[in-house]
Amino acid sequence: MGNLKELYQEVILDHNRSPRNFREIADTPHHAEGHNPLCGDNITVWVELDGDVISDASFIGNGCAISKASASLMTQAVKGKRVSEAKELFKSFQKLVTGRVSPEESKDLLGKLILFAGVSQFPVRVKCASLSWHTMNAALEDAAEPVTTE
Amino acid sequence: MSAPSGLPLPDVNAVPYDVDAIRADFPILEQTVHGRPLVYLDNAATAQKPEVVIDAIDRFFRQQNANIHRGVHALSVEATAAYDAVRAKVRAFINAQDDREIIFVRGTTEAINLVAQSFGRGAVGRGDEILVSEMEHHSNLVPWQLLAGQVGAVVKAAPITDDGELDLDALRAAFTDRTKLLAVTHVSNALGTVNPIAEIVVQAHAHGVPVVVDGAQAVPHIPVDVTALGCDFYAFSGHKMFGPTGIGVLYGRAELLEAMPPYQGGGGMIASVSFEGTTYAPIPTRFEAGTPAIAEVIGLGLAIDYLNDVSFEALMAYEDELVGYAVQQIGAVPGVRLIGTPQERVGVVSFVMDAAHPHDVGTVLDQDGIAVRAGHHCSQPVMDHFGVPATVRASFALYNTPEEVDTLVGGLRRVNEIFG
Repeated sequence: MGNLKELYQEVILDHNRSPRNFREIADTPHHAEGHNPLCGDNITVWVELDGDVISDASFIGNGCAISKASASLMTQAVKGKRVSEAKELFKSFQKLVTGRVSPEESKDLLGKLILFAGVSQFPVRVKCASLSWHTMNAALEDAAEPVTTE
Repeated sequence: MSAPSGLPLPDVNAVPYDVDAIRADFPILEQTVHGRPLVYLDNAATAQKPEVVIDAIDRFFRQQNANIHRGVHALSVEATAAYDAVRAKVRAFINAQDDREIIFVRGTTEAINLVAQSFGRGAVGRGDEILVSEMEHHSNLVPWQLLAGQVGAVVKAAPITDDGELDLDALRAAFTDRTKLLAVTHVSNALGTVNPIAEIVVQAHAHGVPVVVDGAQAVPHIPVDVTALGCDFYAFSGHKMFGPTGIGVLYGRAELLEAMPPYQGGGGMIASVSFEGTTYAPIPTRFEAGTPAIAEVIGLGLAIDYLNDVSFEALMAYEDELVGYAVQQIGAVPGVRLIGTPQERVGVVSFVMDAAHPHDVGTVLDQDGIAVRAGHHCSQPVMDHFGVPATVRASFALYNTPEEVDTLVGGLRRVNEIFG
C-alpha cells in the first residue's frame, strides 16, 4: 500500500482527472506523436517556440493515470524554459523515474516533477511516465516519425 | 452450458470437485506476492504447472535425457518410447483418428504458421480470399496476412456482435467462390466467447473451404473432439493447459498433411538425402525437423494425464459456476463495464473501469497479490470493435476459487477508492 500511495499521489491523480494544457496548438510546426504499443497509449505533443524559449506546450492523448499526469505536469514544467533546459529536464526526469537519482538530489531542478519518484518502484510503468517526454523531445526536433517506447 | 465441443452434455452433479486438493497440486499457488497470497488470474496468458509435470521434466533431465530416434543405446530407446507415447496420448485427448495426424510444434503460433506456409501456399492464390473472424488473436491473423502478401490474396474478417459473439449470419454471407480458407478461434482469448465450431465447419465445408481452428484457449477448459468438430486443422499450446512452454500441437487431417510440403528442412524429417535430391519422411515426421522439445513433450503428456484425472466433466461444471460468479460479481462493481457478454463463455472475463485505465487497475491489483492482464491481449481488432484501447482481463483455471473472485472484487473497489 505504501508504494501505491507514493505512485498515485494526490497531485498525480488530480492531473489525471483534469489534465492541464490538454489542447492542440494550431499553427506550430513543432509537434510529434508518441505511441506505447504494449499498452496502446498514444499522445500528441505540441510545442510553440519563441526563439529558443518554449512559449507554450500542450498535449492530447489516451493513457493511464501515470502517462496523462506526466504529460500534464510536463507541459507546465517546460513552459518558459529554453529548449536546452527542457532537454536537461527530460534527462533528469528519466534518471528520477528509473531510480538513478533520489528525489532530494533532483528537487532543485525538477521541482514538482519529483512526485514521479514513486514510479521507480514500478519498473513496468517507467514507460508510461516517460512517453510524453520522449514525444516532446521529438516535437522539438520536428521528428516526422512517431516516437515509440519499444 | 451446451456442448461447444460437440460432445454430450455432462451431468453437472455427477462428479465431486475438491478444489483444495487441486490447488495443492500446484506448488506456485502457495506463494505470496507483495506479502499477500498469490491470486493468479492470468491463466489465459499461461497456466501454472502441477507437480507431476514439473517432476516429469526434472526426472527426464536427471535420468532419461537422450536424443530420440535412431539411437541404439538404452537411454535413447527409452526417451524415444516416452516421446512417441505422448503422440498417442494427444491423439486420444482430442479424439483424432490417427497418431500421424499429431504434429509436435513450439506452440499454437508455430502451428498456424506451419499451416499458412505449407498448406496455405498451395491452397491460396492470387485474388483469393482468406476468411478470419474479428475476434482472432494476432497469431491467427498475422500469419494469414503474411501469406496473403506472399501470394497476392486478401484477408477478410467476419464481424462480431456487440455481445462479443461471432455474427454467424455475416459469416455465412462472407463466403464467396474466392474463399479458400477459414481461420477461426474456438475460444476468444480476449472475451472468453466459445464459438460453435462444428456448425461453422459445416458451413465452410459446404463452400468447399477448409477450416483452421485456434484451440489455444479451449483445451484447458472443454473437451475437444476434432472428429466431432470436423475441422481440418486444430492448433493448441501445452503451456496454457498446465504443460510446459515451448511445446504445442498441430492436428491436421492425414490426407491434407500427406499432400503438404515440409515447413522446415533439417534432420529427422527426411527419407534420404543426396546432392541430387532429397526425399521427405512421411507424416508426422516430415513436419518435425530438428531435435524436438523432448522433455516438454513428455511434460505435455503428464498435463494431459492430469486433466484426464480431474476430468472435464468435473472441471467444466466447477468452472462454469466460478466464471458465472466472477461475471456477476465483477459486473456489480460500480463503474465496471464488461467487455463481451457472450452466451457461451469459458475462462475469461474482460472489463474496463470508469475510474481508471486498465494499467492502473493492474498495478493496484498487483499490490494485493492479484495477477491479471491489462492491455489489448494481442487482439487489437476486438479492442477497436468495443472502442477501448485495452481491457483488464481476469482469466480463470481449474484451481481458482470463489474466494479469489472476492479478493479481486475487493481490489476493484479499492481502485474506485483511489481514483474515484
